[in-house]
Amino acid sequence: MQLNTENKLNKQQLSALEKHLLNDFQHDFPLLSRPYKKIADKLGTTEELVIETLKQLQERGYVSRVGAVFRANSIGASTLAAMSIPEEELDAVAEMINEYSEVNHNYQREHHYNLWFVLTASDEHTLNAILDDIEHRSGHCVMYLPMLEDFHIDLGFDLGFDLEHDSGY
Amino acid sequence: MMDKAVADKVIIEPETEEKVILDDIDRKIVDITQSGLPLVSRPYNDIALRLGIEVSDVIARMKSMQDSGVIRRIAAVPNHYALGYKANGMTVWDVPDDRIHELGEKVGQLDFVSHCYQRPRFLPEWPYNLFAMVHAHDRAEASLLVKKIAELIGEDDRGHDILFSTQILKKTGLRFNQ
Repeated sequence: MQLNTENKLNKQQLSALEKHLLNDFQHDFPLLSRPYKKIADKLGTTEELVIETLKQLQERGYVSRVGAVFRANSIGASTLAAMSIPEEELDAVAEMINEYSEVNHNYQREHHYNLWFVLTASDEHTLNAILDDIEHRSGHCVMYLPMLEDFHIDLGFDLGFDLEHDSGY
Repeated sequence: MMDKAVADKVIIEPETEEKVILDDIDRKIVDITQSGLPLVSRPYNDIALRLGIEVSDVIARMKSMQDSGVIRRIAAVPNHYALGYKANGMTVWDVPDDRIHELGEKVGQLDFVSHCYQRPRFLPEWPYNLFAMVHAHDRAEASLLVKKIAELIGEDDRGHDILFSTQILKKTGLRFNQ
């Protein structure tokens, strides 16, 4: 299948150092004065090479960012929201929703509810006002599904690299 | 369509988690680090300089946000889609409320599940109360993962669905309006 071939290609194109940087530091990235030096020591390479490789991974789009991942709903008020929008209105409604800086994610999904977005505001009052505003401007109802409980201990996501058989950078 | 009368927009606080109070400097650190740490030898020094505070203060505040759970993790965040995980499915499940805690913990521990949340039902249109995100290379693989979750949930599975994303319309880090 096309997608699988592409994927294998991608993985083969990654060096062992790149795979380690992608897979091994999805949690406990060092909170030290020189974090990249610490990573380099762990992987037996140099700080310069770690920084350079991360830059390249970012440029190639494999790393979206090196930074903090925040727990949903721990700051301010947030909710997942969904709307059922006729196909011909979808682009316009999506564009209108994206105008709000409080909207972090917005996905089109294959379903009767075809527009799914996450809203994070400083407080509940602001959040509700934006939801009302979106309903009013779009003329469609919003289904809002705030998180009640988080069951996942987030340690990142095993990328399935076969690192045991890689050696050397 | 949806009944406005049931649409009471009350945000229910998560039962098990407390709100954490962040001061202005914490919020600025959140803003700056959301778009990424600088790829330089001393990235926290850069942040300290921008905020006009000591680097030890930046590190201490980030450590404290990590301890309180505001920061889940600090990471080189991979772009799953670019790495070949093209089928990203939001799986949704209708399970009995008195079973959701136990089932949620089990599903959340599966290594192919990246997020697992309880959310309210939105009746009558939306009966699902358990959400689990799965990432797979293609839809066939995603369907196998759904089957594995279904087996785990067993007879408590009163109905489920998978919603594949077809387009990312927006994806940014958390932003505060300041």
